[in-house]
Amino acid sequence: MRKVICLLAAVLVLALMFSGSAYSARKKIIRIGVNAPLTGDIPKVGEGSKYAAMMWLEDIEKAGGLEVGGKKYEVELIIEDNESKAESAVKANTKMITQDDVLAIVGPQSSKQAVPAGEVANKYKTVMISPWSTNPNTTLDRPFVFRGCFLDPFQGPVVANFITEEFGFTKAAVLYDVASDYPKGLAEVFKAAWEKKHGAGSVVAYESFTTKDTDFSSQLTKIVKSGAQVLFTPQYYNEVPLIVQQAKDLGWQGPIVGSDSWGSAETVELCGEACYGLFFSSHYAAAGAKGATKAFIDRYADTYGYIPDDVAALTWDALRLVQKAIQDAGDYTGRVEKDRKAVKDALAQIKNFAGITGNMTFTAEGDPIKCAVIVKINDQGEYEFYKSSCP
Amino acid sequence: MESLGELFTYFLQNLINALQRGSFYAVISIGYSMVYGVLMLFNFAHGDIFMVGTYIGFGIATLLLAAFASILPGWTIFIGTVVITMFLASWIGVFVEVAGYRPLRSAPRASAAITGLMIGIIFETGILIMLGAKRLSFPPLMESVTYNIGGVFLTNVKVMIIIISLLLMIALQFFIQKTKWGMAMRAMSYDFLAVPLMGVSINIIAPLTFAIGAGLASVSGILYGQAYPILDPYMGVIIGWKAFVAAILGGRGSIKGAALAGYLLGFIEIFVATIFPSTLRDLIAYSIILLILTYRPRGFFGMEHSTKLRL
Repeated sequence: MRKVICLLAAVLVLALMFSGSAYSARKKIIRIGVNAPLTGDIPKVGEGSKYAAMMWLEDIEKAGGLEVGGKKYEVELIIEDNESKAESAVKANTKMITQDDVLAIVGPQSSKQAVPAGEVANKYKTVMISPWSTNPNTTLDRPFVFRGCFLDPFQGPVVANFITEEFGFTKAAVLYDVASDYPKGLAEVFKAAWEKKHGAGSVVAYESFTTKDTDFSSQLTKIVKSGAQVLFTPQYYNEVPLIVQQAKDLGWQGPIVGSDSWGSAETVELCGEACYGLFFSSHYAAAGAKGATKAFIDRYADTYGYIPDDVAALTWDALRLVQKAIQDAGDYTGRVEKDRKAVKDALAQIKNFAGITGNMTFTAEGDPIKCAVIVKINDQGEYEFYKSSCP
Repeated sequence: MESLGELFTYFLQNLINALQRGSFYAVISIGYSMVYGVLMLFNFAHGDIFMVGTYIGFGIATLLLAAFASILPGWTIFIGTVVITMFLASWIGVFVEVAGYRPLRSAPRASAAITGLMIGIIFETGILIMLGAKRLSFPPLMESVTYNIGGVFLTNVKVMIIIISLLLMIALQFFIQKTKWGMAMRAMSYDFLAVPLMGVSINIIAPLTFAIGAGLASVSGILYGQAYPILDPYMGVIIGWKAFVAAILGGRGSIKGAALAGYLLGFIEIFVATIFPSTLRDLIAYSIILLILTYRPRGFFGMEHSTKLRL
């Protein structure tokens, strides 16, 4: 009796294994993961990522699937929420890689999540492209991790040079979140670049706070007192309006300059007129865009009712990079480890990819060489192209 | 070398900053202390009640502005918002007491404390689901005017926050010391076994305490929305913790202590960041508080340790 049960169990297990592999052999689906902050501190960033991904999927579905090596495959998007937390981003990546068998992952967006999540993707040998993470550590020594944007060591000097040329200032103040990878990294790079230009001690106030702080009055009082001419604050859209407003209330009169994290569609909505006339560095400027970029902006605005921010544009580019890499890899076997490696090799080979945020060629580290844009928030609250800076 | 005068304006400026920050801690920590006084438990959902109160205030302010902005002067809308929000938020407090704590009144204190945390999470995710994760911007109820008094920068909003918070606390003190209901609350915190035998029902006093705490928190929320006009469902967590620290520091159950400690906390936070590098702010600020509690474990006005303290 026992033997019979054992035999039965063995047969069942075999059948299950067989049916599973038979199923995947019959219908090979390409699964792409999206790791985005749909809730948490910066949900607008997650929303932009999700919408851009849905638009991309729509295109693929309209074409009847993704064509690889002459055959069309169905594509499935797996969108996971990382709650804008590092640990949730790691969890989301692990789940998508080990349970959903995704071929590649797009995201997470901010460096706080992308740096730890990249570790997981690299460990499991799965391609990950972070569209928006500018911290060098995201891709450092991780052959499977790529990004869709420029890096902070490039962005910091761009901002420092811009302020020097535009205003002729020599004394700067920095206010940043010490508990988050991106602001902390960029603040350090900016400080180094500024002091290289204007000498040691030219950053007269270097103040920090911690994520979720809402009161910056003591830091800003210090900054006002330090005699700084310009304030650089590489923060996200949920903090920028508070910083700008409180600085004004405390008698700050100089310009406040930001970085690409300001680029969210919500910065101006929350900040209002207080932010008009301010500058920040970014990946693209929506007002006055041309060609494919304009087509993307118009289509996004028609569908979702607002102008897409840089995250949406970069996510779109990242997905198209993944798409091109899958197609370049040539042969989709359905064996996920082999395919992941092929996609990675193909992605590293891409040269002069024409994205809507500029042309991209990957370095050996998986970072694209591309230009930065200085954006001015104009009097209608739009993000207007001011000047561009290329490496 | 900077002159003494400059140093003095710098000090005054930070004093104003600290008063504003401390006002929020003070008003919110009173909510903890009152509940502790009557029920001898810390209502850990209080930070989230503050958050819900702020959202209610946001809704009322938006509605009133949309309907009456062109007809009525700004201050009437402000008062209307405060009154309606206080009324509605009090019911949130009552709801928390009746649905969350009443069934657990005879349960161990730890269960009740955990209930508070769970109610908090329910509120956070409830708001998240109802309104989405999008940040909301609290509409300004008065036009912000900045005054420069000899180098010290003041806004009318700041002055209003400080004054209204003080008024609220004075009104509460009056209520507790001078009215019959206040007397019942004081009696209840003195002896919660004998007082119900005198015909004062705990089932009325407890919800009343929660209602007052929630009402105060919601006004604080409206003021908070004027000072830091970005709302998110998790905004109550950190401020709730800090107000809880203030409540302990002031002495469990002591309203006067909670208010004073709230201001003290604001001062410590602001002045630590002023004197030391701001990176070390919370580290130093909360080490100071730990030190105070080491030498005075019952806080400023707390009673001596007795069998009455059950948590």
